[in-house]
Amino acid sequence: MEKVRKLTSEKGVMIFSKSTCCLCYAVHMLFQELRIKPYVHEIDHDPDGKEIEKALSRMGCSGPLPAVFIGGELVGSTNEVMSLHLSGSLVQLLKPYQNLS
Amino acid sequence: MNSTSTQFVPSRRMGLCEPMPQVGMWNDYKENNCMHASQPVILEVDSRFDNQSEDTSHGTVGPSNKYDQEENKPVDKVMRRLAQNREAARKCRLRKKAYVQQLENSKLRLMQLEQELERARHQGSYIGGGLDTGQLGYSGTTNPGIATFEMEYGHWVEEQNKKIADLRNALYSDIGDVELGIFVDGGMRHYFDLFAMKATAARADVFYLMSGTWKTSAEHFLSWIGGFRPSELLKVLMPHLEPLTEQRRLELSNLRQSCQQAEDALSQGLEKLHQILSETVADGQLGEGNYLPQISAAMEKLEAMVRFVGQADHLRQETLLQISRNLTTRQTARGLLALGEYFQRLRALSSLWASRPRGSA
Repeated sequence: MEKVRKLTSEKGVMIFSKSTCCLCYAVHMLFQELRIKPYVHEIDHDPDGKEIEKALSRMGCSGPLPAVFIGGELVGSTNEVMSLHLSGSLVQLLKPYQNLS
Repeated sequence: MNSTSTQFVPSRRMGLCEPMPQVGMWNDYKENNCMHASQPVILEVDSRFDNQSEDTSHGTVGPSNKYDQEENKPVDKVMRRLAQNREAARKCRLRKKAYVQQLENSKLRLMQLEQELERARHQGSYIGGGLDTGQLGYSGTTNPGIATFEMEYGHWVEEQNKKIADLRNALYSDIGDVELGIFVDGGMRHYFDLFAMKATAARADVFYLMSGTWKTSAEHFLSWIGGFRPSELLKVLMPHLEPLTEQRRLELSNLRQSCQQAEDALSQGLEKLHQILSETVADGQLGEGNYLPQISAAMEKLEAMVRFVGQADHLRQETLLQISRNLTTRQTARGLLALGEYFQRLRALSSLWASRPRGSA
Protein backbone atom coordinates (compact mmCIF):
# COMPACT_ATOMS: atom_id res chain seq x y z
CA MET A 1 0.00 0.00 0.00
CA GLU A 2 1.34 3.31 -1.05
CA LYS A 3 0.60 5.14 2.15
CA VAL A 4 2.36 2.53 4.24
CA ARG A 5 5.37 2.47 1.92
CA LYS A 6 5.65 6.22 1.97
CA LEU A 7 5.40 6.51 5.73
CA THR A 8 7.84 3.72 6.50
CA SER A 9 10.46 4.96 4.08
CA GLU A 10 10.21 8.54 5.30
CA LYS A 11 10.27 7.90 9.02
CA GLY A 12 13.33 6.19 10.41
CA VAL A 13 11.60 4.51 13.32
CA MET A 14 7.85 4.15 13.21
CA ILE A 15 5.10 2.33 15.04
CA PHE A 16 1.67 1.61 13.62
CA SER A 17 -0.53 1.77 16.67
CA LYS A 18 -4.03 2.22 18.02
CA SER A 19 -4.65 4.88 20.63
CA THR A 20 -6.46 2.35 22.83
CA CYS A 21 -3.80 -0.33 22.46
CA CYS A 22 -1.74 -0.62 25.62
CA LEU A 23 0.86 -2.99 24.21
CA CYS A 24 1.51 -0.42 21.49
CA TYR A 25 1.99 2.09 24.30
CA ALA A 26 4.40 -0.31 26.01
CA VAL A 27 6.53 -0.59 22.87
CA HIS A 28 6.48 3.18 22.53
CA MET A 29 7.71 3.47 26.13
CA LEU A 30 10.51 1.03 25.42
CA PHE A 31 11.73 3.10 22.49
CA GLN A 32 11.62 6.23 24.62
CA GLU A 33 13.70 4.48 27.26
CA LEU A 34 16.23 3.75 24.51
CA ARG A 35 16.29 7.46 23.68
CA ILE A 36 14.36 7.08 20.46
CA LYS A 37 11.44 9.24 19.41
CA PRO A 38 9.50 6.97 17.08
CA TYR A 39 6.84 8.25 14.75
CA VAL A 40 3.58 6.78 16.00
CA HIS A 41 0.72 6.46 13.54
CA GLU A 42 -2.60 5.82 15.26
CA ILE A 43 -4.58 3.97 12.65
CA ASP A 44 -7.83 4.27 14.60
CA HIS A 45 -7.54 7.99 13.95
CA ASP A 46 -6.86 7.39 10.27
CA PRO A 47 -9.79 7.03 7.88
CA ASP A 48 -7.71 4.54 5.91
CA GLY A 49 -7.09 2.53 9.07
CA LYS A 50 -8.67 -0.70 7.84
CA GLU A 51 -6.69 -0.60 4.62
CA ILE A 52 -3.50 -0.05 6.50
CA GLU A 53 -4.19 -3.04 8.74
CA LYS A 54 -4.77 -5.27 5.74
CA ALA A 55 -1.64 -4.01 4.06
CA LEU A 56 0.40 -4.68 7.17
CA SER A 57 -0.74 -8.28 7.38
CA ARG A 58 0.05 -8.69 3.68
CA MET A 59 3.53 -7.42 4.39
CA GLY A 60 4.03 -10.20 6.88
CA CYS A 61 3.12 -8.62 10.17
CA SER A 62 1.53 -11.72 11.63
CA GLY A 63 0.19 -10.47 14.90
CA PRO A 64 -2.03 -7.61 15.95
CA LEU A 65 -0.61 -4.15 16.47
CA PRO A 66 1.88 -2.68 17.10
CA ALA A 67 3.75 -2.98 13.83
CA VAL A 68 7.27 -1.62 14.07
CA PHE A 69 9.39 -0.43 11.14
CA ILE A 70 13.04 0.59 11.38
CA GLY A 71 14.70 2.15 8.35
CA GLY A 72 11.78 1.16 6.16
CA GLU A 73 12.06 -2.51 7.11
CA LEU A 74 9.34 -4.36 9.00
CA VAL A 75 10.69 -5.55 12.34
CA GLY A 76 7.48 -7.12 13.58
CA SER A 77 5.16 -6.88 16.54
CA THR A 78 5.82 -6.87 20.29
CA ASN A 79 7.30 -10.39 20.35
CA GLU A 80 9.89 -9.59 17.72
CA VAL A 81 10.80 -6.26 19.30
CA MET A 82 11.30 -7.90 22.71
CA SER A 83 13.36 -10.79 21.31
CA LEU A 84 15.57 -8.38 19.41
CA HIS A 85 16.03 -6.25 22.47
CA LEU A 86 17.05 -9.13 24.71
CA SER A 87 19.57 -10.35 22.17
CA GLY A 88 21.08 -6.86 22.03
CA SER A 89 20.24 -6.42 18.36
CA LEU A 90 17.53 -3.80 18.76
CA VAL A 91 19.90 -1.21 20.12
CA GLN A 92 22.22 -1.86 17.15
CA LEU A 93 19.36 -1.30 14.70
CA LEU A 94 18.32 1.87 16.47
CA LYS A 95 21.77 3.41 16.78
CA PRO A 96 21.51 5.64 13.70
CA TYR A 97 18.26 7.07 14.98
CA GLN A 98 19.10 7.77 18.59
CA ASN A 99 18.72 11.29 19.90
CA LEU A 100 17.32 12.57 16.63
CA SER A 101 14.04 14.34 17.18
CA MET B 1 46.53 -17.58 79.71
CA ASN B 2 42.88 -17.18 79.00
CA SER B 3 40.52 -19.90 80.03
CA THR B 4 37.95 -20.01 77.24
CA SER B 5 37.07 -22.79 74.79
CA THR B 6 39.54 -25.56 74.14
CA GLN B 7 42.29 -24.53 76.38
CA PHE B 8 43.27 -28.07 77.22
CA VAL B 9 45.32 -28.21 74.09
CA PRO B 10 48.03 -25.82 75.19
CA SER B 11 47.95 -27.33 78.63
CA ARG B 12 48.67 -30.70 77.15
CA ARG B 13 51.71 -29.33 75.48
CA MET B 14 52.86 -27.85 78.71
CA GLY B 15 51.64 -30.73 80.77
CA LEU B 16 54.72 -32.86 81.19
CA CYS B 17 57.01 -29.98 81.97
CA GLU B 18 54.88 -27.76 84.11
CA PRO B 19 52.32 -29.74 85.96
CA MET B 20 51.73 -27.19 88.65
CA PRO B 21 50.43 -24.26 86.68
CA GLN B 22 48.41 -26.78 84.76
CA VAL B 23 46.58 -27.90 87.83
CA GLY B 24 45.87 -24.35 88.79
CA MET B 25 44.58 -23.70 85.34
CA TRP B 26 42.20 -26.62 85.53
CA ASN B 27 40.71 -25.12 88.59
CA ASP B 28 40.37 -21.77 86.93
CA TYR B 29 38.81 -23.46 83.96
CA LYS B 30 36.27 -25.25 86.10
CA GLU B 31 35.38 -22.14 88.05
CA ASN B 32 35.21 -19.68 85.18
CA ASN B 33 33.59 -21.79 82.52
CA CYS B 34 30.61 -23.44 84.10
CA MET B 35 28.57 -22.70 81.02
CA HIS B 36 31.13 -24.03 78.60
CA ALA B 37 29.90 -26.73 76.29
CA SER B 38 32.55 -29.14 77.43
CA GLN B 39 31.44 -28.89 81.00
CA PRO B 40 30.62 -32.59 81.11
CA VAL B 41 34.24 -33.15 80.19
CA ILE B 42 35.41 -31.07 83.11
CA LEU B 43 33.13 -32.82 85.50
CA GLU B 44 34.38 -36.18 84.39
CA VAL B 45 37.90 -35.04 84.84
CA ASP B 46 37.16 -33.75 88.28
CA SER B 47 35.58 -36.97 89.46
CA ARG B 48 38.42 -39.00 88.03
CA PHE B 49 40.93 -36.68 89.51
CA ASP B 50 39.36 -36.92 92.91
CA ASN B 51 39.55 -40.67 92.78
CA GLN B 52 43.27 -40.76 92.17
CA SER B 53 44.58 -41.46 95.58
CA GLU B 54 48.19 -40.92 94.66
CA ASP B 55 47.42 -37.36 93.66
CA THR B 56 47.55 -34.38 95.83
CA SER B 57 43.80 -34.51 96.08
CA HIS B 58 43.15 -33.87 99.71
CA GLY B 59 39.75 -32.76 98.60
CA THR B 60 40.96 -29.86 96.53
CA VAL B 61 43.78 -29.50 94.16
CA GLY B 62 45.29 -26.23 94.99
CA PRO B 63 48.60 -24.86 93.93
CA SER B 64 51.18 -27.03 95.62
CA ASN B 65 54.68 -28.15 95.08
CA LYS B 66 53.92 -31.81 95.59
CA TYR B 67 54.22 -32.73 91.92
CA ASP B 68 57.24 -34.60 90.72
CA GLN B 69 58.05 -37.15 88.05
CA GLU B 70 55.89 -39.99 89.32
CA GLU B 71 52.78 -37.85 89.23
CA ASN B 72 53.14 -37.46 85.48
CA LYS B 73 51.72 -40.92 84.73
CA PRO B 74 48.20 -40.37 86.04
CA VAL B 75 48.36 -36.93 84.46
CA ASP B 76 49.05 -38.66 81.13
CA LYS B 77 46.07 -40.93 81.52
CA VAL B 78 43.86 -38.09 82.47
CA MET B 79 45.02 -36.04 79.51
CA ARG B 80 44.28 -38.94 77.18
CA ARG B 81 40.88 -39.41 78.66
CA LEU B 82 40.19 -35.72 78.35
CA ALA B 83 41.04 -35.87 74.67
CA GLN B 84 38.81 -38.89 74.17
CA ASN B 85 35.97 -37.20 75.94
CA ARG B 86 36.40 -34.14 73.81
CA GLU B 87 36.31 -36.23 70.70
CA ALA B 88 33.26 -38.17 71.85
CA ALA B 89 31.44 -34.98 72.77
CA ARG B 90 32.29 -33.46 69.42
CA LYS B 91 31.03 -36.48 67.52
CA CYS B 92 27.90 -36.48 69.61
CA ARG B 93 27.25 -32.86 68.79
CA LEU B 94 27.76 -33.52 65.06
CA ARG B 95 25.39 -36.47 65.11
CA LYS B 96 22.79 -34.42 66.90
CA LYS B 97 23.16 -31.63 64.39
CA ALA B 98 22.73 -34.04 61.48
CA TYR B 99 19.67 -35.56 63.11
CA VAL B 100 18.05 -32.19 63.71
CA GLN B 101 18.80 -31.19 60.12
CA GLN B 102 17.11 -34.33 58.87
CA LEU B 103 14.11 -33.70 61.09
CA GLU B 104 13.75 -30.17 59.78
CA ASN B 105 13.97 -31.30 56.17
CA SER B 106 11.31 -33.90 56.82
CA LYS B 107 9.15 -31.29 58.46
CA LEU B 108 9.38 -29.03 55.44
CA ARG B 109 8.62 -31.91 53.11
CA LEU B 110 5.59 -32.78 55.22
CA MET B 111 4.31 -29.24 55.06
CA GLN B 112 4.79 -29.16 51.30
CA LEU B 113 2.84 -32.39 50.98
CA GLU B 114 0.08 -31.04 53.19
CA GLN B 115 -0.16 -27.95 51.06
CA GLU B 116 -0.39 -30.01 47.88
CA LEU B 117 -3.06 -32.13 49.51
CA GLU B 118 -4.99 -29.00 50.42
CA ARG B 119 -4.68 -27.78 46.88
CA ALA B 120 -5.91 -31.10 45.52
CA ARG B 121 -8.83 -31.02 47.93
CA HIS B 122 -9.81 -27.58 46.72
CA GLN B 123 -9.57 -28.72 43.16
CA GLY B 124 -11.89 -31.56 43.97
CA SER B 125 -14.51 -29.18 45.23
CA TYR B 126 -13.80 -26.80 42.38
CA ILE B 127 -14.40 -29.42 39.72
CA GLY B 128 -17.45 -30.66 41.60
CA GLY B 129 -18.91 -27.20 41.17
CA GLY B 130 -20.11 -27.22 44.74
CA LEU B 131 -18.39 -24.01 45.62
CA ASP B 132 -19.39 -20.78 44.02
CA THR B 133 -17.19 -18.64 46.16
CA GLY B 134 -14.80 -15.89 45.25
CA GLN B 135 -13.43 -15.94 48.81
CA LEU B 136 -11.31 -18.96 48.02
CA GLY B 137 -9.52 -16.89 45.44
CA TYR B 138 -10.76 -18.91 42.52
CA SER B 139 -12.95 -17.59 39.77
CA GLY B 140 -16.49 -17.27 40.92
CA THR B 141 -17.98 -19.78 38.52
CA THR B 142 -16.85 -23.29 37.75
CA ASN B 143 -14.37 -22.92 34.99
CA PRO B 144 -13.15 -26.20 33.56
CA GLY B 145 -10.20 -24.44 31.96
CA ILE B 146 -9.00 -23.25 35.34
CA ALA B 147 -9.71 -26.56 37.06
CA THR B 148 -7.58 -28.25 34.42
CA PHE B 149 -4.82 -25.72 34.89
CA GLU B 150 -4.78 -26.22 38.66
CA MET B 151 -4.41 -29.94 38.25
CA GLU B 152 -1.77 -29.66 35.56
CA TYR B 153 0.17 -27.14 37.59
CA GLY B 154 0.21 -29.47 40.57
CA HIS B 155 1.71 -32.16 38.35
CA TRP B 156 4.12 -29.64 36.91
CA VAL B 157 5.49 -28.83 40.37
CA GLU B 158 5.94 -32.51 41.21
CA GLU B 159 7.69 -33.11 37.90
CA GLN B 160 9.82 -30.03 38.52
CA ASN B 161 11.01 -31.38 41.88
CA LYS B 162 12.02 -34.63 40.19
CA LYS B 163 13.82 -32.80 37.42
CA ILE B 164 15.75 -30.69 39.89
CA ALA B 165 16.87 -33.74 41.84
CA ASP B 166 17.92 -35.47 38.60
CA LEU B 167 19.78 -32.38 37.44
CA ARG B 168 21.59 -32.12 40.75
CA ASN B 169 22.70 -35.75 40.57
CA ALA B 170 23.76 -35.32 36.96
CA LEU B 171 25.82 -32.23 37.76
CA TYR B 172 27.68 -33.85 40.61
CA SER B 173 28.29 -37.10 38.79
CA ASP B 174 30.85 -37.73 36.08
CA ILE B 175 28.61 -37.61 33.04
CA GLY B 176 29.78 -35.79 29.97
CA ASP B 177 28.41 -32.61 28.47
CA VAL B 178 26.25 -34.34 25.88
CA GLU B 179 24.38 -36.32 28.53
CA LEU B 180 24.18 -33.29 30.77
CA GLY B 181 22.75 -31.37 27.84
CA ILE B 182 19.79 -33.74 27.79
CA PHE B 183 18.95 -32.81 31.35
CA VAL B 184 19.39 -29.13 30.55
CA ASP B 185 17.11 -29.32 27.53
CA GLY B 186 14.53 -31.17 29.57
CA GLY B 187 14.67 -28.51 32.25
CA MET B 188 14.25 -25.64 29.80
CA ARG B 189 11.41 -27.36 27.98
CA HIS B 190 9.65 -27.89 31.26
CA TYR B 191 9.53 -24.14 31.82
CA PHE B 192 8.27 -23.63 28.27
CA ASP B 193 5.54 -26.20 28.97
CA LEU B 194 4.44 -24.08 31.90
CA PHE B 195 4.22 -20.98 29.72
CA ALA B 196 2.04 -22.88 27.24
CA MET B 197 -0.21 -24.07 30.08
CA LYS B 198 -0.54 -20.51 31.31
CA ALA B 199 -1.45 -19.23 27.86
CA THR B 200 -4.34 -21.70 27.70
CA ALA B 201 -5.44 -20.81 31.22
CA ALA B 202 -5.29 -17.07 30.41
CA ARG B 203 -7.85 -17.62 27.68
CA ALA B 204 -10.05 -19.36 30.23
CA ASP B 205 -9.70 -16.71 32.95
CA VAL B 206 -7.00 -14.09 32.73
CA PHE B 207 -7.89 -12.55 36.09
CA TYR B 208 -7.27 -15.82 37.81
CA LEU B 209 -3.89 -16.17 36.19
CA MET B 210 -2.89 -12.59 36.90
CA SER B 211 -4.01 -12.81 40.49
CA GLY B 212 -1.37 -15.46 41.08
CA THR B 213 -3.39 -17.33 43.68
CA TRP B 214 -2.37 -20.56 42.00
CA LYS B 215 1.16 -19.94 43.24
CA THR B 216 2.38 -20.26 46.80
CA SER B 217 2.24 -17.09 48.85
CA ALA B 218 5.94 -16.23 48.78
CA GLU B 219 6.18 -16.77 45.02
CA HIS B 220 3.08 -14.66 44.58
CA PHE B 221 4.54 -11.84 46.63
CA LEU B 222 7.61 -11.71 44.42
CA SER B 223 5.81 -12.12 41.11
CA TRP B 224 5.38 -9.69 38.24
CA ILE B 225 2.52 -10.02 35.75
CA GLY B 226 1.71 -13.57 36.73
CA GLY B 227 5.21 -15.01 37.11
CA PHE B 228 8.83 -14.38 37.95
CA ARG B 229 10.55 -11.12 37.00
CA PRO B 230 13.25 -11.94 34.40
CA SER B 231 15.75 -9.34 35.63
CA GLU B 232 15.41 -10.67 39.17
CA LEU B 233 15.98 -14.17 37.88
CA LEU B 234 19.26 -13.07 36.37
CA LYS B 235 20.28 -11.50 39.66
CA VAL B 236 19.63 -14.80 41.46
CA LEU B 237 21.47 -16.83 38.82
CA MET B 238 24.59 -14.77 38.15
CA PRO B 239 26.69 -15.87 41.18
CA HIS B 240 26.07 -19.52 40.31
CA LEU B 241 27.28 -19.16 36.74
CA GLU B 242 30.83 -18.30 37.78
CA PRO B 243 33.50 -18.54 36.65
CA LEU B 244 32.60 -16.21 33.80
CA THR B 245 34.83 -14.48 31.30
CA GLU B 246 34.64 -10.72 31.32
CA GLN B 247 32.84 -10.79 28.00
CA ARG B 248 30.19 -13.21 29.25
CA ARG B 249 29.71 -11.19 32.38
CA LEU B 250 29.18 -8.09 30.31
CA GLU B 251 26.73 -9.89 28.04
CA LEU B 252 24.72 -11.11 31.01
CA SER B 253 24.81 -7.68 32.56
CA ASN B 254 23.48 -6.18 29.33
CA LEU B 255 20.83 -8.86 29.20
CA ARG B 256 19.74 -7.92 32.69
CA GLN B 257 19.49 -4.27 31.71
CA SER B 258 17.48 -5.13 28.61
CA CYS B 259 15.12 -7.22 30.73
CA GLN B 260 14.63 -4.35 33.12
CA GLN B 261 13.85 -1.99 30.27
CA ALA B 262 11.39 -4.42 28.72
CA GLU B 263 9.75 -5.02 32.11
CA ASP B 264 9.40 -1.29 32.70
CA ALA B 265 7.80 -0.83 29.30
CA LEU B 266 5.30 -3.64 29.90
CA SER B 267 4.54 -2.36 33.40
CA GLN B 268 3.79 1.07 32.00
CA GLY B 269 1.54 -0.45 29.37
CA LEU B 270 -0.32 -2.38 32.03
CA GLU B 271 -0.68 0.77 34.11
CA LYS B 272 -2.27 2.47 31.13
CA LEU B 273 -4.64 -0.47 30.75
CA HIS B 274 -5.69 -0.05 34.38
CA GLN B 275 -6.52 3.59 33.72
CA ILE B 276 -8.43 2.83 30.56
CA LEU B 277 -10.38 0.03 32.22
CA SER B 278 -11.30 2.25 35.13
CA GLU B 279 -12.35 5.08 32.83
CA THR B 280 -14.38 2.77 30.63
CA VAL B 281 -16.30 1.33 33.55
CA ALA B 282 -16.83 4.77 35.10
CA ASP B 283 -17.93 6.31 31.82
CA GLY B 284 -21.31 7.95 31.44
CA GLN B 285 -23.76 8.47 34.22
CA LEU B 286 -22.95 6.59 37.41
CA GLY B 287 -26.12 6.05 39.38
CA GLU B 288 -28.76 5.55 36.75
CA GLY B 289 -28.69 1.81 37.09
CA ASN B 290 -28.00 1.13 33.43
CA TYR B 291 -24.43 0.14 32.76
CA LEU B 292 -24.51 -2.45 30.04
CA PRO B 293 -22.82 -0.26 27.43
CA GLN B 294 -19.94 0.51 29.76
CA ILE B 295 -19.22 -3.03 30.83
CA SER B 296 -19.60 -4.25 27.25
CA ALA B 297 -16.94 -1.75 26.26
CA ALA B 298 -14.81 -2.88 29.18
CA MET B 299 -14.92 -6.49 28.00
CA GLU B 300 -12.74 -5.55 25.06
CA LYS B 301 -10.14 -4.10 27.40
CA LEU B 302 -9.99 -7.35 29.31
CA GLU B 303 -8.99 -9.10 26.11
CA ALA B 304 -5.87 -6.94 26.14
CA MET B 305 -4.92 -8.42 29.53
CA VAL B 306 -4.51 -11.81 27.90
CA ARG B 307 -1.94 -10.30 25.56
CA PHE B 308 -0.03 -8.79 28.47
CA VAL B 309 0.25 -12.06 30.33
CA GLY B 310 1.37 -13.67 27.09
CA GLN B 311 3.94 -10.95 26.55
CA ALA B 312 5.33 -11.34 30.06
CA ASP B 313 5.73 -15.10 29.59
CA HIS B 314 7.34 -14.49 26.22
CA LEU B 315 9.86 -12.26 27.98
CA ARG B 316 10.59 -15.03 30.50
CA GLN B 317 11.07 -17.56 27.75
CA GLU B 318 13.36 -15.28 25.77
CA THR B 319 15.42 -14.57 28.88
CA LEU B 320 15.95 -18.27 29.54
CA LEU B 321 16.87 -18.86 25.89
CA GLN B 322 19.24 -15.93 25.84
CA ILE B 323 20.98 -17.11 29.02
CA SER B 324 21.53 -20.58 27.60
CA ARG B 325 22.85 -19.18 24.31
CA ASN B 326 25.63 -17.34 26.10
CA LEU B 327 26.79 -20.16 28.35
CA THR B 328 28.29 -23.64 28.32
CA THR B 329 26.10 -26.66 29.00
CA ARG B 330 27.56 -27.03 32.48
CA GLN B 331 26.99 -23.38 33.30
CA THR B 332 23.40 -23.54 32.09
CA ALA B 333 22.89 -26.68 34.15
CA ARG B 334 24.14 -24.91 37.25
CA GLY B 335 21.90 -21.96 36.46
CA LEU B 336 18.83 -24.15 36.03
CA LEU B 337 19.60 -25.96 39.26
CA ALA B 338 20.00 -22.69 41.14
CA LEU B 339 16.76 -21.37 39.66
CA GLY B 340 14.83 -24.52 40.45
CA GLU B 341 16.07 -24.59 44.00
CA TYR B 342 15.30 -20.91 44.45
CA PHE B 343 11.64 -21.53 43.67
CA GLN B 344 11.64 -24.64 45.84
CA ARG B 345 12.86 -22.51 48.73
CA LEU B 346 10.10 -19.99 48.11
CA ARG B 347 7.53 -22.79 48.14
CA ALA B 348 9.02 -24.20 51.34
CA LEU B 349 8.99 -20.72 52.89
CA SER B 350 5.30 -20.42 52.07
CA SER B 351 4.59 -23.76 53.73
CA LEU B 352 6.56 -22.82 56.81
CA TRP B 353 4.80 -19.49 57.02
CA ALA B 354 1.38 -21.04 56.58
CA SER B 355 1.99 -23.50 59.38
CA ARG B 356 3.59 -21.16 61.90
CA PRO B 357 2.00 -21.24 65.35
CA ARG B 358 -0.32 -18.33 65.87
CA GLY B 359 -1.41 -16.82 69.14
CA SER B 360 -4.91 -17.58 70.47
CA ALA B 361 -6.57 -18.04 67.11
